[in-house]
Amino acid sequence: MPLLHRLVRNESPAISFLIDGEPCEGRAGDTVLTAVLCHVERLRDSEFSGAPRAGFCQMGACQDCWVQLAGGERLRACTTELVEGMHIITRRGRGRG
Amino acid sequence: MAERAPPLIVGAGPAGIRAAMTLVAAGLRPIVVDESHACGGQIYRQPLAADGRGAKARYGSEAAKATRLHRDFAALGTGIDYLPNSLLWNLRDGAADILRDGVSRRVSYDGLVLATGATDRVLPIPGWTLPGVFTLGGAQIALKAQGCAIGRRVVFAGSGPLLYLVAWQYMKAGVEVAAVLDAAPLAAKLNLLRALPLAPGIVLRGLRMAAELTLCGTRVVFGADRISIEGEGRVARIVYRNGGREHAIACDGVGYGLNLRPETQAADLAGCAFRFDPRDRAHLPVRDASGRSSVAGVYLAGDGARIAGADAAEAAGERAALALLQDRGLSHDSRRAAALERALAKIDRLRDVLEAAFPCPSHWTPEIADDMLLCRCEEITSGEALRAIRDFSLTEINRLKAVTRIGMGRCQGRMCGAAAAELLAARTHRDISAVGRLRAQAPIKPIPLATSQSVDERQHDPAH
Repeated sequence: MPLLHRLVRNESPAISFLIDGEPCEGRAGDTVLTAVLCHVERLRDSEFSGAPRAGFCQMGACQDCWVQLAGGERLRACTTELVEGMHIITRRGRGRG
Repeated sequence: MAERAPPLIVGAGPAGIRAAMTLVAAGLRPIVVDESHACGGQIYRQPLAADGRGAKARYGSEAAKATRLHRDFAALGTGIDYLPNSLLWNLRDGAADILRDGVSRRVSYDGLVLATGATDRVLPIPGWTLPGVFTLGGAQIALKAQGCAIGRRVVFAGSGPLLYLVAWQYMKAGVEVAAVLDAAPLAAKLNLLRALPLAPGIVLRGLRMAAELTLCGTRVVFGADRISIEGEGRVARIVYRNGGREHAIACDGVGYGLNLRPETQAADLAGCAFRFDPRDRAHLPVRDASGRSSVAGVYLAGDGARIAGADAAEAAGERAALALLQDRGLSHDSRRAAALERALAKIDRLRDVLEAAFPCPSHWTPEIADDMLLCRCEEITSGEALRAIRDFSLTEINRLKAVTRIGMGRCQGRMCGAAAAELLAARTHRDISAVGRLRAQAPIKPIPLATSQSVDERQHDPAH
């Protein structure tokens, strides 16, 4: 079950991307946070307890929503615009094949 | 005479926009650094792409103000050096380090207007790190800027005018708002009667929102106590005490916050003196009525200096820019400056009343459980903090940070600093003003290691 529910932009141009190897579709104007959480209910695991996290402040302050791309680059999901072909890793050890 | 460096404005919300306009009108060409992709700040945030909604649908009663600010800023055009998607991460030796598109550069300035805005003030509650829990501001941004709801059946909890505004906006967007849990007692709302003559429009709009929520089936609870959020891997319910009984409400999204908290890191790096402010319950950079800080050439405006709202931010941004002009020996409109100061003083009186009507819970510290996460970055519990306070006889917040790493994580204490100070004050039986404040460190937000050195410096580095 996704965490976020899209109320507008349902007809906006589609943007293809990957979550842990799974093909997904976002919409033009999505942040990475929106695009991921419209499909799944987590952005990452906490480094310490492994508990799931899905962002908090959505304005670049709390730093809870840093995700990793398959290439190793890290980005803050709430302030980064979704780009075609992004491969976002939300769970370590998955989707890297 | 050598040409003077341009003024630097940090932030492009209502304060930054008005400051920029005022400097441009006087013939200067300021640099404006904005973390966002477009001007407006958080309150008048613009979407990344058109989404079919007009200003009225997006900004509600504030649509005219939002449209005017966006239009005025756009009209500045090349009259300013606008740096969107840019992070000011350090201030040193009269220059700023600014990161944009993975490249950091040093920018010299002559005159600095800090309009850095605010985020939600948060005191941790059990379950606050669960997916589906967002700050009130975060829940609002999801709706306003991204057109998304944080759940199908949502509860909003905490305190502050934003609590009712966001709940009402979700209801209007067609989302089921199961409850509004106000941590403050109903009696506090009687203060709104005092606000009525100061700002009848604001008070009546707020009352109408609360009434409409109730009519639409939202349970509005005053004096909600011991709020906690539960669920396996995501939000499933919110639990609270009221009237001597425990209640639980099933929900899949929670917005939580306790008023707002100024972003003061840049002022700290600029060397500004700080003083404890009882209304915001935080150490804030000192400024006079004009917006001048304790450091010559550094000006403070908007919620980043002290919480007063967007209208005050517009006035303060313009006022601070007039001070900059005067200090630079340029002509400035002193009658306009005086009028702005009067307007700001009036809004300040209103804020005093609003803070009384929407107080932060005073009973937070005795209630918290030992296993509750105090710091969400480094996952440090309140129990660990309490043990450190006891074992090391800590009385100062930066010592607590050194021993426990609270405030040392990625958010640099933005989310846990207020709570750590409350805890330290309560356990050492000191006033909150006496436990110190977390010192800001550069970079004030995480930046990639590969780009942390400015290109200009690299060019001069013989090692390269």
